[in-house]
Amino acid sequence: MTLNISRRTALKTAAAAGALSVAGMPAMAAPKHGGTYRIGMSGGNTSDTWDSRTHSDSFMINMGAGCVFETLTEVSSAGELVGELAESWEASPDAKIWTFNLRKGVTFHNGKSFGADDVIASMNMHVEEGAKSAAKPIVSAVSEMKKLSDHQVQFVLKSGSADFPYLVSDYHICMFPAGQIAEAIAGGIGTGPYKVVSFEPGVRALVTKFDDHWDADNRGYFAEVEQIFIADASARVNALMTSQVDAINRVDFKSVKLLNAYINIDIIEVTGNMHNTFPMLVGNAPFNDVNVRRALKYAVNRQEMVDKILLGHGAVGNDHPIGPANQYYAADLEQTEYDPDKAKFYLKEAGLSSLNVDLSVSDGAFGGAVDAGQLYQNSANGAGVNINIVQEPADGYWSNVWLKKPWCACYWSGRATEDWMFSTAYESGVPWNDTGWENERFQKLLLQGRAELDAGLRGEIYREMQGICRDEGATVVPMYQNYVDAKSNRVENSGKTGNLWMLDNLRSCKRWWSA
Amino acid sequence: MNNVITIIGKRLGLGLLTMFMVSVIIFLAVNMLPGDFAQALLGQSATPEAVAAIRKDLGLDKPIHIRYFDWLLGAVQWDFGTSFAKANFSSYAGTTADANFGTVADQLAPRFANTLFLAGVTAAIAVPVSLIIGVLAALYRYSIFDRIANVSTLTSISSPEFFVAYVLILLLAVLSPVFPSLSNIHDGMDFGQKLEKTMLPALTLTLVVTAHMMRMTRAAIINLLASPYIEMARLKGLSPFRIIVVHALPNALAPIINVIALNLAYLITGVVVVEVVFVYPGVGQLFVDSVKIRDIPVVQACCLVFAAAYISLNLIADVMSILSNPRLRLPK
Repeated sequence: MTLNISRRTALKTAAAAGALSVAGMPAMAAPKHGGTYRIGMSGGNTSDTWDSRTHSDSFMINMGAGCVFETLTEVSSAGELVGELAESWEASPDAKIWTFNLRKGVTFHNGKSFGADDVIASMNMHVEEGAKSAAKPIVSAVSEMKKLSDHQVQFVLKSGSADFPYLVSDYHICMFPAGQIAEAIAGGIGTGPYKVVSFEPGVRALVTKFDDHWDADNRGYFAEVEQIFIADASARVNALMTSQVDAINRVDFKSVKLLNAYINIDIIEVTGNMHNTFPMLVGNAPFNDVNVRRALKYAVNRQEMVDKILLGHGAVGNDHPIGPANQYYAADLEQTEYDPDKAKFYLKEAGLSSLNVDLSVSDGAFGGAVDAGQLYQNSANGAGVNINIVQEPADGYWSNVWLKKPWCACYWSGRATEDWMFSTAYESGVPWNDTGWENERFQKLLLQGRAELDAGLRGEIYREMQGICRDEGATVVPMYQNYVDAKSNRVENSGKTGNLWMLDNLRSCKRWWSA
Repeated sequence: MNNVITIIGKRLGLGLLTMFMVSVIIFLAVNMLPGDFAQALLGQSATPEAVAAIRKDLGLDKPIHIRYFDWLLGAVQWDFGTSFAKANFSSYAGTTADANFGTVADQLAPRFANTLFLAGVTAAIAVPVSLIIGVLAALYRYSIFDRIANVSTLTSISSPEFFVAYVLILLLAVLSPVFPSLSNIHDGMDFGQKLEKTMLPALTLTLVVTAHMMRMTRAAIINLLASPYIEMARLKGLSPFRIIVVHALPNALAPIINVIALNLAYLITGVVVVEVVFVYPGVGQLFVDSVKIRDIPVVQACCLVFAAAYISLNLIADVMSILSNPRLRLPK
């Protein structure tokens, strides 16, 4: 094999070297301040507001936690947990009591200074009467919040959770000014490096640099960020190619080649935790039989799906929800391959010679789900499994099909930690356990891993859990889907972008700079 | 003159009656849409209790005829209520934040202004162009010019709008960057900037509506050319240009006005695809976004505005064609 360094890799290496040299020689290749950063973003809605509890798609996450607000902790581009508004944190040995030391000298855009009261008020927003926050499970695990001093808060949890500092990096748990939450939601008042200039829900948002930010020299280099909602994938690509915007998210896979031909456009592609699944409800025959489930896992040609549905922009899945962006992803776990003989063997184990099952699919589940179902049907045919594809309407898919039909298509964007992912969709009895699958050993390990602070032990626990999911679980996870975004060379980054979420974990406004 | 006023009065009355019927249809149709705002909002976490609570908050549990009259009474006063998304949000914040959030009318007004702007720019280009081409095509009928005009306008009307849009983007934004491909106009822009940003969608729509108006102009004029009075004019030795512009055109106005009105109404109500391609913040996008999240008040208000646009433009067209035709203006 010849060593083939592409122009892009060379540039990235150079950029990384530049970033490294910053420490020693501050004058060289340091990020520049100023300039306008224009983003063409999908995922906007006319019902969008600055209430971070309701944020669920890229447009508002990037404007909320990515510009105007800040969270206690954040996941860096390198995938490490670092403090944002928290300077440091420590746990009691049983991981039940967490003490956070907050940064001093932080002010909100309205001049109010940030302290422990704001943390407590912001956390309480998620559990107050009638609040429909997606972060409710995280905050309701806290039994008591104590203000130790103006800049120190203590959380007492109901049971030990080693991931707690990770959980508070969630983009829903933004810090709002205590006592002024309603105004802050109405006008978008946070501590972030950018303050709101104008906001038209479902159309456009414009923010400018907040000069009194606590770390104005190192976060939020742009003078101004303009984010435009562009729903149509081709319109986003067009906008980037004609220099109307500097970066776009969700490049559709078919356009990647086209964009690659432009030397002033960089494709940013990362494999994260987003994965496509086919969950089976184990309460329904024949999915109650683990051998049937195994047969179906061996009957899917994963590589073919990655090649044809994702056009290669993804990686094969191994029937568990932990992805490459997770800390304890077991990359060395043996991969389940397409194997019609093994599928037939497990069918025989289940006492069946052939199998007829319905698979409900819709492009509302994930783009290409209908085609993926047909590929599955085709590959399963060779294993004596007859899959009947039922095409469902995309409209109302999540309320009428998912969790209701015995076997359907689904996707998960993944979670930053193993415990979070497992306890969202795989723990016994949780509402989003979309298979109803329960396993005693798995459940025991889940609780054990949650309170374990030792990284080595946790690694072993989560490795075993991924194995249990693969062998016993009721979800077929055929593939991980890459995040594919693009930027023009008018903006620069350190060369390393996060893979937890698109566009550098949707923190590009805070981390990138004008070239 | 009294005659004219009676005719206009009658037409207005009929227009109002139509509006009323349309409002009933809109209300019933929107209510028959499958899906439910509460479910769309709660998504994966819709429990029966939560759905019932939201429905009660929004008054969706009241009988349908009461809801209809509440809505109609508000609508005639330009009060379309509060959009569900916003109403739900203020109950969310647990505050009296309502004052900070717009009503449906506030949400609709800027979008409608944008739509009118785009329709206005398009009409300012398309109407004169198609009238001139139409007259010239009638004048030089069956000539090469006539054929080229027909073939090219029919080609552009037969291509899907998004295709025309992308061809224009390719030609005028990518290959020779004359106009921006993104038409995200907003309040901070002055008229010139807005005009520049709006150029590509306006040109796309011009290509889409020209054929209809141009061919109607041509057909209406040619139709008249067989009339005895035109023959008389020709026998008098008038030039073909004078015959068409002075003698034929005034009598052909009625159908031309009608087709222009129809196309203007189309420009106000049917440009969703073009808005999406150029990211133009008009009513069409608001409408589609609101249907997606089942925001019924916004959907109903959009439908009503669309219906009003159609009816009033048709009304104007009717009145103008009556005024342009002495036989209708002074009925015996």
